[in-house]
Amino acid sequence: MSENGSKPKFAMYWAAACGGCEIAVLNIHEKILDVDANFEIVFWPVAMDAKYKDVEAMPDGSILLTLFNGAIRNSENEAIARLLRRKSQILVAFGSCACQGGLPSLANLGTSQALFDAAYDGPSTDNPQGVRPQPQWAAPEGQLHIPEFYPAVKTLNQVVPVDYYMPGCPPESPQIAAVIDLVLQVLGGKAALPPPGAVIGAGDSTVCDECKRARNEKKITQFVRIQDVQPDPALCLLEQGLLCNGPATRSGCGALCPMAGALCVGCYGPAEGVLDYGARLMTAVASVIDSTNPAEIERILDGIPDPAGAFYRFNMGGSLLRAGRLPRKSKVAHEP
Amino acid sequence: MAERIGVYVCHCGSNIAGVVDVVQVAQWAAGRLKHRGVIIARDYKFMCSSLGQELIEQDIKELGLTRVVVAACSPHLHEQTFRNACARAGLNPYLCELVSIREQVSWVHTDKVAATEKAKAVTSGGVERVLWDEPLEPLRVPIHPATLVVGGGIAGIQAALEIADGGHRVYLVEREPSIGGHMAQFDKTFPTLDCAACILTPKMVSVGMHPNITMMTWSEVEKVEGYVGNFTVTVRQKARCVKTDLCTGCGVCEEKCPKKVVDNVFEAGLGYRKAIYTPFAQAVPKYPVIDRENCTYFQKGTCKACEKFCPTGAIDFSQQDELITLQVGNIVLATGFDLFDSRRIPQYGYGRLANVFTSLEFERMCNAAGPTNGNVVLRDGLTAPKTVGIIHCVGSRDKNFNNYCSAICCMQSLKFAHIVKERTGAEVYNFYIDMRTAAKAYDEFDQRVRDEGTHVIRGRAAEVTDAARMPGEEGKLIIQAEDTLIGRQRRIPVDMVLLAAGLEPRRDAKQTAQLFGLSCSADGWFIEKHPKLDPVATMTEGIFIAGCVQGPKDIPNSVVQGAAAAARVQGRIQQKEISLEPVRASINEHRCSGCRICNNLCPFNAILFHDDRMVSEINPALCQGCGTCVAACPAGAISGTVFSNEQILAQIQGLLMLNLNGGRVEELVAA
Amino acid sequence: MTEQFEPVIIGFTCNWCSYRAADLAGTARIKYPPNIRLIRLMCSGRLDPTFVLQALASGADGVMITGCHPGECHYLEQNYKAMRRFLLLRRMLTQMGIEPQRVKLVWASAAEGARLAQEITAMVEEVRALGPLNWGKVEVPAFSPHPSSLKEEVPA
Repeated sequence: MSENGSKPKFAMYWAAACGGCEIAVLNIHEKILDVDANFEIVFWPVAMDAKYKDVEAMPDGSILLTLFNGAIRNSENEAIARLLRRKSQILVAFGSCACQGGLPSLANLGTSQALFDAAYDGPSTDNPQGVRPQPQWAAPEGQLHIPEFYPAVKTLNQVVPVDYYMPGCPPESPQIAAVIDLVLQVLGGKAALPPPGAVIGAGDSTVCDECKRARNEKKITQFVRIQDVQPDPALCLLEQGLLCNGPATRSGCGALCPMAGALCVGCYGPAEGVLDYGARLMTAVASVIDSTNPAEIERILDGIPDPAGAFYRFNMGGSLLRAGRLPRKSKVAHEP
Repeated sequence: MAERIGVYVCHCGSNIAGVVDVVQVAQWAAGRLKHRGVIIARDYKFMCSSLGQELIEQDIKELGLTRVVVAACSPHLHEQTFRNACARAGLNPYLCELVSIREQVSWVHTDKVAATEKAKAVTSGGVERVLWDEPLEPLRVPIHPATLVVGGGIAGIQAALEIADGGHRVYLVEREPSIGGHMAQFDKTFPTLDCAACILTPKMVSVGMHPNITMMTWSEVEKVEGYVGNFTVTVRQKARCVKTDLCTGCGVCEEKCPKKVVDNVFEAGLGYRKAIYTPFAQAVPKYPVIDRENCTYFQKGTCKACEKFCPTGAIDFSQQDELITLQVGNIVLATGFDLFDSRRIPQYGYGRLANVFTSLEFERMCNAAGPTNGNVVLRDGLTAPKTVGIIHCVGSRDKNFNNYCSAICCMQSLKFAHIVKERTGAEVYNFYIDMRTAAKAYDEFDQRVRDEGTHVIRGRAAEVTDAARMPGEEGKLIIQAEDTLIGRQRRIPVDMVLLAAGLEPRRDAKQTAQLFGLSCSADGWFIEKHPKLDPVATMTEGIFIAGCVQGPKDIPNSVVQGAAAAARVQGRIQQKEISLEPVRASINEHRCSGCRICNNLCPFNAILFHDDRMVSEINPALCQGCGTCVAACPAGAISGTVFSNEQILAQIQGLLMLNLNGGRVEELVAA
Repeated sequence: MTEQFEPVIIGFTCNWCSYRAADLAGTARIKYPPNIRLIRLMCSGRLDPTFVLQALASGADGVMITGCHPGECHYLEQNYKAMRRFLLLRRMLTQMGIEPQRVKLVWASAAEGARLAQEITAMVEEVRALGPLNWGKVEVPAFSPHPSSLKEEVPA
């Protein structure tokens, strides 16, 4: 795969995300030396100095592997996603935000106006002049531009075709190391690439598969919040009325959170073939509510004060209803 | 391989074509759905005709169709027809979709343009769905040769006897102490006036003696589990307090029992029975039961007269209810009817005016074995009436009570008129709305009764009163009615009034329906599979209905239904196995995380959890295919056949016609 | 030209009750507006909330979920599961800005053709009054109904 005997090229980019994905990559410890030994790192803003124009100058398809983390929040994120797609042979959506929108995509429940109000006019903000970001600004040095803020957060595959998905917030370091090993084996001709579109660095089942807590048939009579209870350390959290996302979340993390007594929050996203993560989680949780009386069911549901947030915490950008796509021009329901 | 779909749009004569432009729908499908794989779309007068079916078969063979969509009537009517046609031409029958553009379009919409557009959408939904259909084989389940018949009235008796005569085991469950049902209470049966007991009791005896019938009286079905071919039924055998292996049915206990109770069941409240009793002399079985609520021993702790006098020591006060488990392959429900409670129409005075009787009371009164020894007398038990009024349609054909016609009351009322005349020579007035005598020899009977001098007044009786207003009314009951044939109000003073009370579903019909997994109509009658073509089958495979449980009917029709149900059951038993729709769920063990969300969702206990492997598994023999677990699995590890996620999601997009301008369409053409 | 808005409603029916009620409405020639398009399931318990979301995301203006009356489920109690899912789904849809009138749960027995027709008529009018489901920032996900293209279509 390498050209002219030189090392294959590697890039990593950080779009709308917290930076945790970058740290997770560094957390593979000495394995990072393998990356350096086998790849020529051509673009990785967090680790080395690089300019967009350097990437633009590269021939199309000249980067072998790009790990793209972060969601598409603004026009700069999208532009770089398009640029890297053009330049890369293999583009990996890396981390929850690139795969499913991640936490930033919870913003899709509201308007950008509401977001700005909260950020620039909130109770914790000191902004006496009421400054708001402006796409353009005439400064003494010349016209300044900042990227356009999109009305909704998109996933990477909503702007460019993606070859592989590697979920997690962040992806677990051992999984990253395993993927790097795999890529090295592929380079050495010892392994084949997974089929395009595959999820890599994760399991085929859901978090419960890796969770060691004891499980019974489920009957939920009330939902409680973890700060209000002392959960049984050995029993399934969902059975204790805690809204653990484990049953619907792809395995691969080793069930770290539930094993440590915290709820699974769903960062590894939906299982294979699932169209809408929140719907799967919601239908499962609702199905095991132990009541046939609507008033009683409503009372039990009051224990989930923010269902949309609870069921789509990391997955709103990839949801059926709040996917961050562009506005539709017209309805197609009626054939003229 | 690209799929090759044939679309067939049915005219159904003018049923569909009168509202939907079927030609346009077919042309549209051929053109606009070509890129989805539709290679041929035809319209045809009657797709379900043999020529229509041959059209499909020919196209499968000549054009190499791999999928078929028929836009016609409801799948409940002809799904099997078209699947069979596909199978004959070598196409797996489950690769055929029937979408309804008749029941769901042409019959319910009037706007022809909108209906045609909807028909296109429905067809488009079918095309998208059929792309995801999988070739399947029907499930074959063995049929247990035993049958449960619930209800020992004439319909149940007929069904039980015929199945048993065919050589198969029948369990006949009856909740009263004896079989016989309502018919055993009657005196004469219309229109031939043969005595009910004379024709019924031999049948009852046959049931009692039949080697293939296990009769379980004083018993009720408590639980039904399983499915067609293999039901497990739990029957509660109520404690009789009589050892049936010792009892000879001599009747001494009944004679010696000091406690008299008004018999509200068999004697319709007109007579008495004892606390230990057989409901009537010819009861089958002959063993009595102790009615614990009225037995002095059970209530006060002393008495035991029956025990003292019983020559065989058959009385056993310590007997307890017993739960008996039966394995059966089919079930016939013949649980009958209840009589409309005439007190609900206060203006007819029943319960307030002594000489107003219900039809069932009168049946008992004129029965030679009844409380009055067959004498037609007033409530005083002595006086024969000189004039009698008979009111039809009590509680029937009445918006305030039951909208339906109870079917038997006209003939029953005419029979009463005849009996009254014959026994007392009284003047008889029948008040009817319409005279409904539409069966063999029924109208002739009406003529005969009229010729005998019965007065028939066309008009619903407004009131029965004892308030005399005119001379000659004193001490009489006056029936006020409009005689609609002469357009005048009339007041007829009579000595006795008979109310032809209508038939109603059993008070506990809803519970029975739930127990057996059937549905009731809004009135409460059980719903047959098809009102014309499948009148004794139900929507639940393996459960049949016969007699009045399905709707009001007379004895001949009840017998016909009992026999029909028996024929259906015997056909099933003969086949030894039945093919079921292969609608089943299954779990992809590799993807199952063992979260156990689904474990508690299956009412048929089809989902097992393997502790060792920490995965759940579905037992296909127990799965009924409802799909609840499929919809609940958080990992998407459960899939269901015939109604898969892919099929439904595709159908949604097809119905919304997203296939016409969705992004992926062009690619698919190439593919 | 002022044209009346014609909503499109997807209806999910139970094979044993409401689908038969729809058949009965047909047999009895009871009229209702053509805005509803029905899908047959074996039971309301089969109703996956994904179907509702898919319908709304694909251009439906409303969704009607129908099943057997409580206590009358052909599969004993599965309609209660549909009810639980519906009650939770409705809360979530409200957060997503979808008016609660757009997604309804209706019980209809096999005998209630007239009632089903009434409910459909009422819902069509209600959704007509609400107007088209306004998606604002959201576009319909790409169409993906063919086995061969599924793999690429399902986001991770």
